[in-house]
Amino acid sequence: MSTATRSLPRTIGAHAILLTYTAIALFPVILVVMNSFKSRAGIFGAPLTPPTAKTFDLIGYTTVFGQGDFFHYFQNSLVVTVASLFFVLLFGAMAAFALSEYRFRGNTLMGLYLALGIMIPIRLGTVAILQLMVASGLVNTLTALILVYTAQGLPLAIFILSEFMKQVSNDLKNAGRIDGLSEYTIFFRLVLPLVRPAMATVAVFTMIPIWNDLWFPLILAPSEETKTVTLGAQLFLGQFVTNWNAILAALSLAILPVLILYVIFSRQLIRGITSGAVK
Amino acid sequence: MGSLKIENVKKAFGPVEVLKGIDLQVTDGEFVVFVGPSGCGKSTLLRVIAGLEDSTSGRVLIDGADVSVTPPAKRGIAMVFQTYALYPHLTVKNNMALGLKQAGTPGAEIERRIKIASAMLSLEPYLERRPAELSGGQRQRVAIGRAVVREPKLFLFDEPLSNLDAALRVNTRLEIAQLHRRLKATMIYVTHDQVEAMTLADKIVVLNAGRIEQIGSPMELYNSPANEFVAGFIGSPKMNFIDGARLGETAKTIGVRPEHLTVDTKSGAWKGTVVHAEHLGADTNLYLDCEKAGLITVRIFGVYNAEPGSTLYATPDAAKTYRFGADGKVLR
Ligand SMILES: Nc1ncnc2c1ncn2[C@@H]1O[C@H](COP(=O)(O)OP(=O)(O)O)[C@@H](O)[C@H]1O
Ligand SMILES: [Mg+2]
Repeated sequence: MSTATRSLPRTIGAHAILLTYTAIALFPVILVVMNSFKSRAGIFGAPLTPPTAKTFDLIGYTTVFGQGDFFHYFQNSLVVTVASLFFVLLFGAMAAFALSEYRFRGNTLMGLYLALGIMIPIRLGTVAILQLMVASGLVNTLTALILVYTAQGLPLAIFILSEFMKQVSNDLKNAGRIDGLSEYTIFFRLVLPLVRPAMATVAVFTMIPIWNDLWFPLILAPSEETKTVTLGAQLFLGQFVTNWNAILAALSLAILPVLILYVIFSRQLIRGITSGAVK
Repeated sequence: MGSLKIENVKKAFGPVEVLKGIDLQVTDGEFVVFVGPSGCGKSTLLRVIAGLEDSTSGRVLIDGADVSVTPPAKRGIAMVFQTYALYPHLTVKNNMALGLKQAGTPGAEIERRIKIASAMLSLEPYLERRPAELSGGQRQRVAIGRAVVREPKLFLFDEPLSNLDAALRVNTRLEIAQLHRRLKATMIYVTHDQVEAMTLADKIVVLNAGRIEQIGSPMELYNSPANEFVAGFIGSPKMNFIDGARLGETAKTIGVRPEHLTVDTKSGAWKGTVVHAEHLGADTNLYLDCEKAGLITVRIFGVYNAEPGSTLYATPDAAKTYRFGADGKVLR
């Protein structure tokens, strides 16, 4: 190991900062997971201690699995998140490719128009969206949520991806054209693999707000059939009594799928960075 | 067969005119080099020939057929790029095979062509490797191999040696020259380096700011440049240009190549002070600050010892002195 770039005090310093940050970031998550395994008395009596033999209780989880159809809510959340993610990445990448690759009249204007959504929150249009969904008979369907989330995620996706696509070598695309590849093959086989790290970044940024969203499920799809996990957890949040055991259990469970998706994408992200493009 | 004819091709990007009317004829089997400074439109012209860029006006004919509406893959061309542009996810073999597969060539025929090309370019040990596992020189040979297997009417090279280091550049240059001799194919080669142009070309096309300045064989361009631009661009070190008025000449500018000047310690046409001497072994470049001619370069064959600050007299070879008019054209 070279001493020019690594010194012990510096390594310790860097790790101290990183560990502190990790502790701060993980603290609420650990608190939620820990308390979800405790009895009501345990949660309120000593919220910061891990479950002991006395306070250990699975009542939260039994309530969650007993009341309401939580497995179904999970499924809804997953369907909505994965489908929205798929469409955001697909259409976002295609639009970004068109904007960065082809010269046409109004290219810059179109890019600005598509990026406008980053600055204007989609919730401002809730009333209009609701009217639209009512008119098209999509209220209380997952399709409504998927459409809205796709629209919500596209601006940032297009903005980030078009920057990255501009950096993909023109020579590579031209080599493909001379070899007779169609524009679609060039896009899917040559360009997309090279912007995979950017795709993973966009995926993570898009996924979290969708999974956590309460607003649109509440307004567009509150029916029992189409409830998402975040909406389902509201069941335990009463005006007078709140079932903390159940809420904490539901939240702990809700972390899992998002964690799995994140692990998948972050591996892509790292692989993309380390594999290195061919110059 | 592989002849090319370009008729009054113009290309504009928005309001910017990059090619301002190019006319050119390339006969079968010729090695033509487009040379010119960076940004003069060489790559754009090559891309128009390849069909990767539409010309704003004018016609491109390959083997006499107008290819204006023919897609790149159907033009019977192959192109080698400066950045190699290999497909990162494919092995060397598949990189070479892809174009043929797309064209529906039978598998056995693809195998045969890859075998010949990889033997020609010593690529056999690397056929199963990915581009990332190859050095720069090997990658460029794969890119050349990918062009060779297509058996095109027309090879297009866009500065293929620019990303290689100096030693490798000379080797690969030699390989391209041999390739041309073996295949007897028509090749068009773009470079900003006049040495590559002089060493490879049957015919050089000198481009400047979107126009053709002169077309000719390397020696024609060297011996009888049509204008000041070509005279200054071809030859290294660059030709000396001296203000005609300072020498009492009628011509606007007088041009003398560094190798057409002789020096003497006692007498000569232009008296000057040695500013700097570059000793290259085979020859010596002297920079002289002359009273009459200003700062000039003199190239002397062999070793010549001259101390900076000492006085030398330079004399031009009158038979090899060029006279240029106010418009930059050579005066006969
Ligand atoms: N796609 C493009 N859009 C706008 N301008 C371009 C484009 N491609 C090339 N140009 C311009 O055309 C000119 C010639 O470029 P090029 O043909 O690449 O020059 P070179 O002789 O160095 O190969 C340059 O000034 C460049 O800025
Ligand atoms: Mg170029």
